[in-house]
Amino acid sequence: MSEDIKIKKLIDDNQILLFMKGNPKFPQCGFSSLACQVLDASGAKYETFDVLQDLDVREGIKAYSNWPTIPQLYIKGEFVGGADIIKEMYESGELVKLIS
Amino acid sequence: MLLASQIENVIKENLDCEFIEVKGDDGTHFEAIIVSNSFKDKSMVKQHQLVYKTLGDMMNKDIHALSIKTFIPEQWKSK
Repeated sequence: MSEDIKIKKLIDDNQILLFMKGNPKFPQCGFSSLACQVLDASGAKYETFDVLQDLDVREGIKAYSNWPTIPQLYIKGEFVGGADIIKEMYESGELVKLIS
Repeated sequence: MLLASQIENVIKENLDCEFIEVKGDDGTHFEAIIVSNSFKDKSMVKQHQLVYKTLGDMMNKDIHALSIKTFIPEQWKSK
């Protein structure tokens, strides 16, 4: 339960938050790296949370969003999607609209 | 080793697919294209959640990464 509260606080405290493996400079997985690249290309100012540093959050976030994989993007408190969806939204122009 | 065809079969058993193709030959990274009427009127997140649900525990245990592209039949035809 405490993970849920921690996760909710993280999401509420950050306008754009990416849960990822590693960090934008040293992503530890190709999909996390892709998510960062797309966010950078959109000009988004975003925070990241490295799930490899916190096992409780790593498992907790999957239950929180009913989404079994990392990365996960949250904008204004809402779950937006994983790497595939972020990329598709970038290509369609939706992502830029959502972050502006 | 987990094969793309095994994933394809599990998804097919649990979701009504008009078309499905799963690729990937390293045993952990896979790509899926799925066309289904079940995706109609659902957000992309909900569509992908439907696919993940069909795979259940496999997503946590066996599959490191599954890239998913979902379409409803009308979208697929215009591709």
